[in-house]
This record gives sequence, C-alpha cells and structure tokens, in this order.
Amino acid sequence: MSGLELLTWARGPGLVLAVGICIFGVILRLIEILALGRQADLASPRQNSTGSGWRTIFTRSLPPPGMLRRAPLTYLGGYVFHIGMAIAVFFFVPHIELFRGLLGLRWPGLPNPLVDIASIAAIIALLALLVGRLVDPVKRLLTNAGDWLAWALTFVPLITGYSAYHHLFENYTLTLAVHIVSVELLLVLLPFSKLFHVFSLFIARWYNGEISGRKGVAS
Amino acid sequence: MSASLQRGVNAFKEVIDAPVAAFFASCVHCGLCAESCLFYTETGDPQYTPIHKLEPLRRVWQQEYTLLGRLAKLVGLAKPVTDAELAAWSPLVYDSCSMCGRCSMVCPVGNDITLMIRKMREGMAAAGHAPEGLVTATQRSIQSGSPAGVKWVTVQAQIKRMQKQFGIDIPVNLENADYLVLMSSWEILNYPEYLGSVGRILDNAGATWTLSEHAYEATNSGIQIGVSDLARELVGRIVKAAEDLKVKCVISPECGHAYTALRWEGPNLMGRRFGFEVKHILEVLDDLRRSGRLKLKGSIDKPLTYHDPCQISRRGGVHQQPRALLRQIAPQFREMSDPGVMNWCCGGGGGVSANERAEPLRTIAFKRKKAQIEKLGVNTVVTSCANCRVVIEEALEHYHMNIELLGLTELVAEHLAED
Repeated sequence: MSGLELLTWARGPGLVLAVGICIFGVILRLIEILALGRQADLASPRQNSTGSGWRTIFTRSLPPPGMLRRAPLTYLGGYVFHIGMAIAVFFFVPHIELFRGLLGLRWPGLPNPLVDIASIAAIIALLALLVGRLVDPVKRLLTNAGDWLAWALTFVPLITGYSAYHHLFENYTLTLAVHIVSVELLLVLLPFSKLFHVFSLFIARWYNGEISGRKGVAS
Repeated sequence: MSASLQRGVNAFKEVIDAPVAAFFASCVHCGLCAESCLFYTETGDPQYTPIHKLEPLRRVWQQEYTLLGRLAKLVGLAKPVTDAELAAWSPLVYDSCSMCGRCSMVCPVGNDITLMIRKMREGMAAAGHAPEGLVTATQRSIQSGSPAGVKWVTVQAQIKRMQKQFGIDIPVNLENADYLVLMSSWEILNYPEYLGSVGRILDNAGATWTLSEHAYEATNSGIQIGVSDLARELVGRIVKAAEDLKVKCVISPECGHAYTALRWEGPNLMGRRFGFEVKHILEVLDDLRRSGRLKLKGSIDKPLTYHDPCQISRRGGVHQQPRALLRQIAPQFREMSDPGVMNWCCGGGGGVSANERAEPLRTIAFKRKKAQIEKLGVNTVVTSCANCRVVIEEALEHYHMNIELLGLTELVAEHLAED
C-alpha cells in the first residue's frame, strides 16, 4: 500500500470506522458506569448542596494548597500537556476544517506558529511525564501496560502531526497518512483505556463534589 | 475458591456502584494521592499510595463490570483476586489508612478514594481479613455495647463522680428532653470531664438533656472494620433510645467516626430518616453561642492551635464552629499549616488506633502532626475528638514532646459565665 492509498483509506473508511468505534465505546463505557446506579443518600444534607458537584468539576482542575510544591512535575507537566494538546487538536486551522466537515461547526483557529509552540510544549511535557513515570517509585508501582499504551497513543499523533507540518520526512503523504491513522488508533482505544478519563472524570468529580457538598465541605 | 473468599468477593461486587465505577475508570495513575497521604509522606513507601490500597477491589470492578474485563475473564486472561492477595492487602486497607479523606480532596480526577476504602473494608471483613484488634473491639461492642467493654455500671460511677465534681444533676432516661448526650468509650474511661462539661453548658443554656441507659456509647466499630450489619445494630441502639425517649436532638460526642456513623451513615444503614436531629457537640455549642445562650467569660491566655479531627472537619463539615468558639476564648489562637478541611490526620483514625498491628506505622505517621506543631511553636493544642486525643497523647509521650492537649468542650465549659 502506497502512502497515497493509506491516506485515502485513512481519510475515508478509516475515519468513519474509528469515529464509529469511539462513539460506540464511549456510550458503552458510560452505560457501564451509570447503569450501576447508587442508593439515595438518606442523611439530610447540611445545607443546600445544589451545584456542589458542578463546582467540583471546575475547582478540581486546580491543585489544592501545598500540592503543587509536592509534585511540581506531575502538575506542570499535566497542565502543559493538556493545554498544548488541546490547542493542537482544536485550534490548528486544518483540524478545524476537518471538524467543520464532520460536525458542521466552525470556530476561529490560532496562528500556526502558536499552534507549533503548543505542540512542542505538549511533546516536551509528555516526554518529561514519561521520565517521571520511569523514575518515580509511586508511579512505577501504579504503572501497567495500559499506561505505556496510553502514553504512546497520545505521543504518536503529536509527533507525526508535528513531522507532517514541518515536512520532516521526504514522503509527506505517508507522514500525513501515518498521522491520521495514529489519531484513529487513539480514537478506537480511547474508550477502552485510561484515556477514557476525558469523559469519566466529569462524572467522578461530580460525585465527589456532591458527596462532600452534602456534608458542607467544598471539595 | 474458599467460602470466605467468595463472601469477600461478593461483598466487593455489592459495594461497587456508579461512583466507584466512575472513580476506577478515571484513575490515570498520576500518583498524586500518595503525596496527600501521611502514611506515604512520612514513610516514602510507595505501597501506601491510596489508590494502590484498592487494587483488589479495582480488579473485581474491571472483571465484573466492564466489557473488556469480562471478556478477559472469559478467556482466562484476568488475574483473579486470591485469599493470599487479600491477606497481603489487609495492612494496606486497615493499618495504613485512617479514612481521613485527604486523598479524596486532592485526586485531580475527583476520585473519592476514602469512600472506596470504606467500601473495600466490607469485603475484607467478609473474607476474614480484618485485623485482630478491630475484630475484638467489634465483638465487644455487640456484646457489651462498647468496643472497650465499658458497661453501664462504669457510666453510673462516672455519673456520680461528675455530679459531685461539677455540682450538676445528670438526668438518665428523661423523656422529651432537647438533647440525648452520648459519649465515646474514651470519654467514659479517660475524659469523664466531657460529660460534666456538656452538662454544665446545657444547664447553663437552659436546655433539657439526658443520658440513656440503653445507648450511652456512640463509638461504632462496625464502621471502622467495615461490617454494615454490625454498624446498623450499633446505630440502631441509639436510634431506638432516642426515639423511645422522644428527644429532639442526639449529640454526637467529641469522637470523629461516631459522628460519621450516626450523622452520615446512620440513616443509610437504617434505611430511613430519623425522627430527631444528629449534631456534633461543636455544632450544638456554636448554635448556643449564636443564639446567645452560651455566655462565655475570660480567656485562655496562651498561644494555642486547633487540630481538626478528619471525620468532624473534612468528612463532617464542622470546621468553622470550633474556630468561632476558640476566637471567643482564646485570643492567641493560631492556625497550623493546612487547617480546616485540608488538615493532616493524627494517624489513628478509622480504626487504626484500635489495631495493635498498626501501632509502629501510626507512630511514624504522627511525624506529620509533630512537624506541624513544632513549626507553629505553640505548646497547647486543642481538639474535639477523644480518639485523636488519645493518639496524640501517646505520640507526644513517644516523641518526648511537652505539649498540653485540651478538649474543646471542656475548654468552653471552663469559660462559662455562670448566671
């Protein structure tokens, strides 16, 4: 299969397949979680705790007092990676064109040099987090194959996207094709790996905030 | 699979609900929970990483409640939970977790790890992997009403002493009182002045109150060991006494998990709402203060700080009340680092102090509190949990620290403006 053939497949049936599996997987995983339900809490809440779950969804994005100092690499690496990745995915003009084609929605992009910086920052952050995972005893204990897989699934799209944009390899078509295929792989495995946190963390944070809020504690 | 292991795994399956599934699905193995846990920060031992303590429960979730996990189990790729594994996890789940809840405040994806430890203990206890100390304490609670084996005659003796010492009348089995006063074992055995102090304060405020011969002990080992049936039995005794006596409010004593057991888990254990209110003594004191029925005079004239008991502050929401009270009587009150809901545990909550096996670890974990107190440079620490008090007192002895430790209710009673 030539680069062009792969690109054609990736842009056509490959994309449809990947997005389809991703949507199916996300819905399945959400049902797996929510269908378990939970018992109503009969303890009367201390105060009106409406909204505490929603508040925690936002507040949990910030480090609690003292934590940034204890784990600077995890926090800063995490921020730089997530923000850089989000900029690269959602604010690179060719990506926005793709979203417009798929969803019919469009929004303004960022200048390419900015997206470039964001991508490089995300790549460096991912590498730093990888080193952190290799050397920190806590992370090493927690790490399993899924963590390496999730890291690679995120890293390859970034590095291939960067390579394609800068024409780092002679065969641009193939580079672009590999980039798209790597994104499709990411989409397919997202619901079934720890990357699913991009959806489930909203549920987790909501429950946490709601449970604490009933007791009068903003978590 | 042995019958006890089967019971344990069944209990794991039973406690897994949507929040637990969302929590496990969200964990990204970032390790930040370790940095929030004093058992890790004071030992540097990665096995004390909070989320790691839940590994067997996580695998049961994965193998039973996710499609991929079930497929893996079907083709024999899943690693089943074994009896040996649960035995190895027992020290992690019971000795190195005081269910203080700090990790639940820190986890960036929002996992309430502490809630999951509470749930996991149900399976550990069912599988026979609860520590000896907690098992005996729970047995004594069921038999005698108290984990320390305190009997009503002991309470009667304390009542007589307190009546004499405080010059008050201590009503027993009085119907229609405003408050039913409970104690923890520690208050009956070590800090009987708590009872005298509460009596004086309530009398002074013009409130009616009573003890019950059938429910004087608020401690609930069922919550700590993770056996909801027993926890229900213990809470049920209090509920019955309170409803028989038709009291308006039950006062949970200066004990952390007793409050969690009665106030937050109680109605859920009983499967119904109560016909009375449940308040921690500090909430009652602050209510009285705000309504002008708690009149205080004088002040304690030395620098002091407040140790937040986890179950009262972070897991119970009572963190402003002690400060409002202290500001009135202690002009030199100073906060230690990470005050209020981000406090560091004394190391002995959640049944750790009742678990002899955990003692060496608990002593190491106390180094966090030690460092906090030393950094602040005060010689007086006030708290509002009898268990924290016992744990801290023992640790202060161990580390040869010359620190005075006071109970807040007693301190308030000492500053009552008598009419």
